[in-house]
Order: sequence, then structure tokens, then C-alpha cells
Amino acid sequence: MVAWTIYISFLGAVALLLMPKGNAALARTVALLTALAGFALALTAFAQQRTGEMLTVTRVPWIPSLGIQYHLAADGISLSLVLLTGVIAVAGILFSWNIALRTNEFFAFYLLLIGAVYGVFLSYDLFLLFVFYEIVIIPKYFLIAIWGSTRREYGAMKLALYSFVGSAMVLVGLIAAFVVAGAKSMALGDLAGYAFPLHFQMWAFPLVFVGFAILAGLWPFHTWAPTGHVAAPTAASMLLAGVVMKLGAYGCLRVAMTLFPLGLMPWGFHVLGMGSWRDVFAVLAVIGIVYGAMVALVQRDFKFVIGYSSVSHMGFILLGLMTLNQIGLSGAVLQMVSHGILAGLMFAVVGRMVYDRTHTRDLNALGGFNLSRTIPFAAFAFVVAGMGSMGLPGFSGFVAELMIVIGAWRAFPLLAIVVGVGIVVGVAYIWRAMQKAFFAEPGSAVAHEPLAPISIPEKLGAGILIVASVAVGLYPQMLLKIVVPALNSPLFDGLRKGNWQ
Amino acid sequence: MNGIPWISVLTAVPIVGALAVLALGGRNKQLTRWVAMGFSLLALLLTLLIWHHFNGASGAMQFQERHVWVAMLGADYRVGIDGLGLLMLLLAAVVVPIGMAASWQINDRVPLYFALVLLLQSCLFGTFTALNFFHWFIFWELSLIPAFFLIRIWGGPKRAPAAMQFLVYTMVGSVAMLLAFLALFLATHTFDFTELAALAQSGQLMPAVVAKLSGHRFMTQHIAMLIFAGAFLGFAVKVPIVPFHTWLPDAYAEAPTGTTILLTGAMSKMGLYGILRILVPIFYPQMQRVLTPLLWLAVATIVLSGYSALAQKDLKRIFAYSSINHLGYCLLAIFAVLKFTGNDAALLSQKYAAMNGALLQMFNHGLTAAAVFWFIALLEKRSGGLRGRGDFGGLRKVVPVMAGLMGIALFSSLGLPGLNGFAGEFLIFKGVFPLAGWAAALSVLGLLVTAIFILGVIQRVFTGPLNPLWVTMSDLTAAERWSLAPVIALMFALGLYPQMVLAVTNSTVMQIVQQIKLAF
Repeated sequence: MVAWTIYISFLGAVALLLMPKGNAALARTVALLTALAGFALALTAFAQQRTGEMLTVTRVPWIPSLGIQYHLAADGISLSLVLLTGVIAVAGILFSWNIALRTNEFFAFYLLLIGAVYGVFLSYDLFLLFVFYEIVIIPKYFLIAIWGSTRREYGAMKLALYSFVGSAMVLVGLIAAFVVAGAKSMALGDLAGYAFPLHFQMWAFPLVFVGFAILAGLWPFHTWAPTGHVAAPTAASMLLAGVVMKLGAYGCLRVAMTLFPLGLMPWGFHVLGMGSWRDVFAVLAVIGIVYGAMVALVQRDFKFVIGYSSVSHMGFILLGLMTLNQIGLSGAVLQMVSHGILAGLMFAVVGRMVYDRTHTRDLNALGGFNLSRTIPFAAFAFVVAGMGSMGLPGFSGFVAELMIVIGAWRAFPLLAIVVGVGIVVGVAYIWRAMQKAFFAEPGSAVAHEPLAPISIPEKLGAGILIVASVAVGLYPQMLLKIVVPALNSPLFDGLRKGNWQ
Repeated sequence: MNGIPWISVLTAVPIVGALAVLALGGRNKQLTRWVAMGFSLLALLLTLLIWHHFNGASGAMQFQERHVWVAMLGADYRVGIDGLGLLMLLLAAVVVPIGMAASWQINDRVPLYFALVLLLQSCLFGTFTALNFFHWFIFWELSLIPAFFLIRIWGGPKRAPAAMQFLVYTMVGSVAMLLAFLALFLATHTFDFTELAALAQSGQLMPAVVAKLSGHRFMTQHIAMLIFAGAFLGFAVKVPIVPFHTWLPDAYAEAPTGTTILLTGAMSKMGLYGILRILVPIFYPQMQRVLTPLLWLAVATIVLSGYSALAQKDLKRIFAYSSINHLGYCLLAIFAVLKFTGNDAALLSQKYAAMNGALLQMFNHGLTAAAVFWFIALLEKRSGGLRGRGDFGGLRKVVPVMAGLMGIALFSSLGLPGLNGFAGEFLIFKGVFPLAGWAAALSVLGLLVTAIFILGVIQRVFTGPLNPLWVTMSDLTAAERWSLAPVIALMFALGLYPQMVLAVTNSTVMQIVQQIKLAF
């Protein structure tokens, strides 16, 4: 059943392209219904999954000579992310209700992107995973280049180039693994079961890990993220930060770390105090946390603040992965979901609720609009998103970051203390942006057109995301009960044998 | 009792109230205010009921509820109260209606204001009842949000930097504390305060933490102190302890006075409560190691804040520093109780006295400070916002009732026998002198300065030649007199019969004191 999330999204995209142009309302409705159907399927699959283990959904031969199969399967981790994708997809369409330019194509690209994202999360065959991963790049490029704003061609091109470089690295690693293993199959389980030689893993691991991590915003390969987010239209920013960056993190865990666990072993010598790839990536992740937060603290453009905050939060995910203990890894998966929801909400507030009304993202200029009075709902939504994002207890961000920091205390105590600095700076930049944008004194009496009130679709979309964040925050067990067994499954045996604590 | 989850209900009442107030909207402001007040009075009633059913003879946790929440994180929903918790509940339940009454004239975004006040009350109830760090921390952190917005939206001219400073200071402390507790969790797999305290008692806690974290380039002997320092910072900022206090005068002065009442009356007790509930039972070996510096900090808090109050001109800033000073006495008592002099059996009753005094002082300071700031609000309302010490003069002649009643509150703050402020300070000094004589002796300076600046306020504001600006100032209205009456009555009642509070706290105090052993 859950495979239909992919097909229905693609079908919706095709339908939208075939439909007569010019009827924006119809296009929106079709897109929304498609996304809702996908969400319902995801939710059903999520509710039915009890054990968290990897269950095959579909399996048919595709290119038998290479052992490539059309093989979809889902475990607790995939399903959590599939559910996230469903939520973001619905909310993103609600926040695109005002798209007037080439509406049909916009939603067609949108659904194509969603379908491919579902595909990546559900693929068990690595070749298939790679195909979906590549499909994601194309609609992403067009969404930004056609419907974007500030320096959109530049942003779109930078994003596409970074993505292609990353996928090239992944492809090289995958082909090498296929050849070295001499395998008859590209299935994840088969390759993960093969004991690759240590020296091979030592170079294949960083290659594939970095290839995926580029998309996850690993410092110093993050620079596409802020520009891409800023250039993208609201719904695309939401997808980009909400689910596309998660593809990178998911790939790091599902492919790089599962296939090449020995790549995390100590080198036997130290460089700058780092003795393994694990240390290197943990340090880079922490630099990303602190650097992203500090850069966000000095931005004048509202969307850049959120863009850099994504870099900072993605750093938590990568740090969680590098802790290699159960609590840190579970926290990383939880943070993928949590950041997806909260970043989606933030971009919705900034891009749709604020920018589409005021046509400026300059924090100092926004003060003149007195937004907390003119559009109080936007202020409310941003405060909630901000509280979640800065890791206030009760919201999803808290549990996730808490678990990651516990994991980090165990693995890298010194880094855990540095992360504390990052959290404090995170509080500061959120509140600075919030104060300047929403609560500044309207000192200069500039006459503005009255702002349009927040529409029903916007309120609905924000409501869905807020409820999701609070639900995960107050009852993380909902996700943990299937994520933890998934992490304990035989698929992660290699990882567990090496360094699991 | 009867299977009703009293504490959960109590915590939920203000939240329901907040939603109700928001749902009412701003059309009928008077109705909104009364609905909010109604919910806070309902909470007060519930608290009194809990008090009625509370068994003061037992020092154990009562009204407990426990449900598994996030098993993987050792996070249970566990609430319960002992004498300390009940005292704080009573205080929060009394102070919030006072804060609302003092905010009656707020006219801008009324529903939001009162909803935030009610939300803050829920957070206070939650903080004072939670017995699991995970669950406690939610309320501890969440309380910042309403407080921040109350200052930020309705505050004075410099509210933006004041609110920001308040938030960032507190957050730095909270993050340090969070990291410390995560390290404890890592070693013990529990967030439960009672279990952590039991581990600390048996001496297993810190060795376990050290074993987990050593070998990671930390000096082994420093790990325990580092963890303690993180937890201490969180509470030190909140109380506040000098030199972590600099956020407080700005926040108190810029907040609308109704909010200042909540901040000083109830929120400042969160820090002290945390020290008593969490820091002392779990970290007393580390505290004993640095006991002399801690006592110095308490003395500095008392004396320096007293002198700072002397130098202030704004009434709100004067009493902001005075708040720091008063809570400093509690710190002095708590730290002194940790001391072992070799003659411990004989000193046990002194320790009980000091600790009882600290708890009494927490309640009394909450009540008195709330009353004093309420009078400042009434004064501000009549002066159009002026509240400098030198802006008035001779008010006794035009507003005799207000002068008289405010005089009572001020004398209570000064610690006049017969009023509530006295008993707590008396017990504290009685207990601390035999335990740490030098600290008590130095702290007497603080008492002296307090007397000077409070008498100075009375003199400058109420006596002397009448400032011609205020010839037409109107005295308290009947409504104001009636709403003040119970507060003033309570001040006398507690002053003459402190047993009312001591009956609640004594068993808990004995429990806390007996838990503390000489660790070295």
C-alpha cells in the first residue's frame, strides 16, 4: 500500500500537466487531494507498523543481468520520514494557495518532487534509491529557477551543481562497492552483509558519506543551502529544508554507515586530535551547529536567518549519527522529523505570511510594519516555531536535541559542551529575529497598504505543523517505538559490532 | 486521595483559564479580567483544599501521580508535593491574583495579557510539583515564555533590551544545567529526583558519572565539580546570586508592575526551590567542597544588593535589589545548613531553625514583595507613571490610608517583629550564627542597610513637605481597600502566628536536613 504514495504523487503530477491550463483553483484542489491521499497512505502504513523492522513492500526484477530489482521496503526509520514527507507535502500546498504563475506546472513539479522523495525513503535497492535521488534534483531546480525570487537562477544552479557533485561521489562509491563485492544484487541487505575490506571502507565511507552529507548541509559544504532556501518559493523552501535535506541525512545513515561501518574505525594515528572519520565528521557537525547559529545571528535578511538555522540544526543530525550509540542515533532520526516540521513552519511564516504581504525580508524594514498587531497569527506561528527550533521543552526539537546531546556526552564530552554554546546562540538568533521582525517599535510612521489578513489555508497549514511538532514533543514514544527497533535490526549489525555502545 | 489527580487538575486549571480568556477575545475587557481572576481564585481554592488534606506530620511526598512517559529517556510523569512543594503552591496561588489585581488597568491586548499570566501560573505549579527532571524542565523553561512576553509587550520604555537580557541570561543557565543533567542521566539512566538523591546519598552517583566521562581528556577529579557547576549556574541565575544578578533590576523595573509582582513574588522562588529540591539533595558533597566560597557568595548577595538598593532612585529598582537581598538570607541559611562543625548532634536543632527560616522567608518575601509592588502600582496609577523616590513627598497628608497600609508592607519588608518578615529572618540568623558565625555577622550589615533604605523611602515619599504636584491625589478606593485587606491581614497573621507555615514545612525540613551528611 505504502508504495502508492510514490505512484499517486507521480499520477497527480501527470494529471496536472494534462489538465487544461488557466484553472488555478482546480489545479490547487487536485494537488491538495493528491498530497492528502499520499499523507493518508503514509499515516496508514505508519499506524500499521508495529515492530519497526524492515518489511518488503514490492519486489520485481528490473535489470536482472545486473541484479537490480525494483525493490521497495520500509522500516521504522523510513516510515517516520515518509510520514514527515506526507505532512510537509500537505502543508506546502496549503501555503502555495496563492501561486498564480503557471499553476499547473508548479504543482506538477511539486508532486514530482514529493513522489521522488517518497521513493528515496522507500527504496531498498540501492540503484533504485539512486534513481529517485536524482529525480529529486530536476523539479527542485525548476521550482527555484521559475518561481523563485532573489537571485533565483544563481541559487537554483548552485543547488543543482552541489547536488550533482554529491550524487557523483555517491555513485562512484556505490559502483565500487558493487564491483568489490562481486555481488549479484544491489539490495541494501545483501551489500550490507558483505564484509568489505577495511582499506576499501576507509576511502569509500567518507566518499559516500560526504556525497550525501552535502545535501544535508554538512559544514563546509553547506553554502548551497542558505542561497537556495532564500531563492526558492515558499513551498520549495519548505520542501528543501523540510524533506530534501533529510534525504542527505537519511542517505548517510542508510547507505554510507550501513555499508561501510568499518570506515568509522580509528585510523591508528591522530591529526589535530582527530583519530577517525567519525571524529572528523563529528567535529564538522559541531562546527556547523555553532557556525550556522552565529551566522544566523548577524543576518539582516529574514530568510537567511532561517536558512542558516537549518545548517545549524542539520549539524545536530550529523552529530547524532556520529555518536554511534542508540540514543544518539534515535535522536538523529527524531531530529530529522522535528527539523522537517519546524523548518517547514518557519519558512512558511517568513516566505508566505510575511514576505508575500510586505515584499521585504529586511529585518529592520519589517519592524515598520508592526506585524505583531497587523498579522498576529503570523507572530504566533513564528513564536511557536521559534520555541520549537530553539529546543524549548514540550516541542519536538527538545527531545531530539536532548537525545543527541546525551549521545554526544557519551561519545564526545568536550563537543557536548561546545554544542551547549550552539544552543545558547540558537536561542539568541531566534529571539533577535523575532523581536526585530514582529515586535519592533513602529518608530518611523511609514504609511503602508493594509496587509491582507492571514487566510484559512495558511492557518490550516500552520496548524498541522504546530500540532505535529507538539505531538512529537510530548509523545516522542510515537516515533521511538518503531525507530529504536529499526536501529536494532540486523541491517545495522556492522555498525553495532564496530562501535555500538 | 480519592483517586483524583489533584495536582494535575491544579496545573490544568490555569491553562484552561488561559484558553477561555483567549476565546472570549477583547470585546468585553472587564469580563475578560474577571474570568481570568475567577480561574486564579479557583486555583487558589484548589490549593487550599490540597493544604487541608495535606498531612503536615509526614515529610514524604504526598498526592503522588506517576505514569511512564518516554521510557527510553527515563522520563516519567511524576508529580508530588512535600511541605516545601505545598508552601510554594500556596505562594504561587496567592501571588497570581495579587498580580492580576495590580494589572487591572492594563488596557492593551487584555486577553493576551491575562492568558499569559495564567500560563505562567501553570508553569509555576508544574515546576513546584514535578519530581522528574525531564518533566520539571519543561515547566521551568516554558515559564520563560510568558514572562518574556509580559515584559516585552507591556513593559516600560527600555523593555526590549530588558526582556532579551532576561531571556538570554536565564537560557545560558538552563543550558548549562541541562548539560549537567544529561551527564547524570548518561551514568544513571534516570531523571528521577528521588532516585538521583538516593544515589547521591549512597555515594554512587558521582563515581558513576566520573567513570562514564573519564578518559575523555577531562581531569577525573574535576568532572564532578564541572557537572555541579553547570547545575549551580542554572539556579544561580534564576535566584539570582551575585554576580549573576544583573538581568534582574532591568527586568523588574521595565516589566509592568503587575508582572513584576509575579516575577518577584513567585518566579524568583523557582531558583530557591530548585536549590532545595535538586541541588542540595543531589550535589551536597560538591557543595560542601566549596562551602566557604558559597557562603561568601550568599554574604555578597545580601550586602552588595542592600547597598545597591540604597543607591537607586526608582522605587521599582530599589525593591528589585531588595528582593535580591531578601532571597540572599535564604541562600545563607541553606548553605550554612550544609556545614558540619564536629558538634553536629547539638547543632541539629539550629539547622532545623535555619532551614525552617529559609522556607518561611521564601513565603514571606513572596507575599511582602507582592504587596510592596502592588502599592507601587497604585502609586504609579495616580502619578501617571512617575515612581522616582524623589518624585513624591508628604503624601501622608493627601492619601493617609494608602500611606498607612503601604507603611505596613514596607515595615514587613524591613523585618519588624509582629509582621511576617520578621520570623523568617530571625530563625535564619538564630540558626546560622552557631553554624557560620562570620557569615552571619557580615550579613547583619545587610539588615542594617535594608532598614536605612526602607526608612528612606518612607521618609521621602510619605513625610516631609507635600509636593504640590500631588495635592489632588486620590486615596485608595473602596474596591482597592477591600482587595488589599486580605493581603495585609495575612501579613499580620503570619507575623503573629508563623506556626501556620512551620506546621507545613517542619517535617520536610527535618527530612532535607537529615539527608545531608558529611561527605568527606
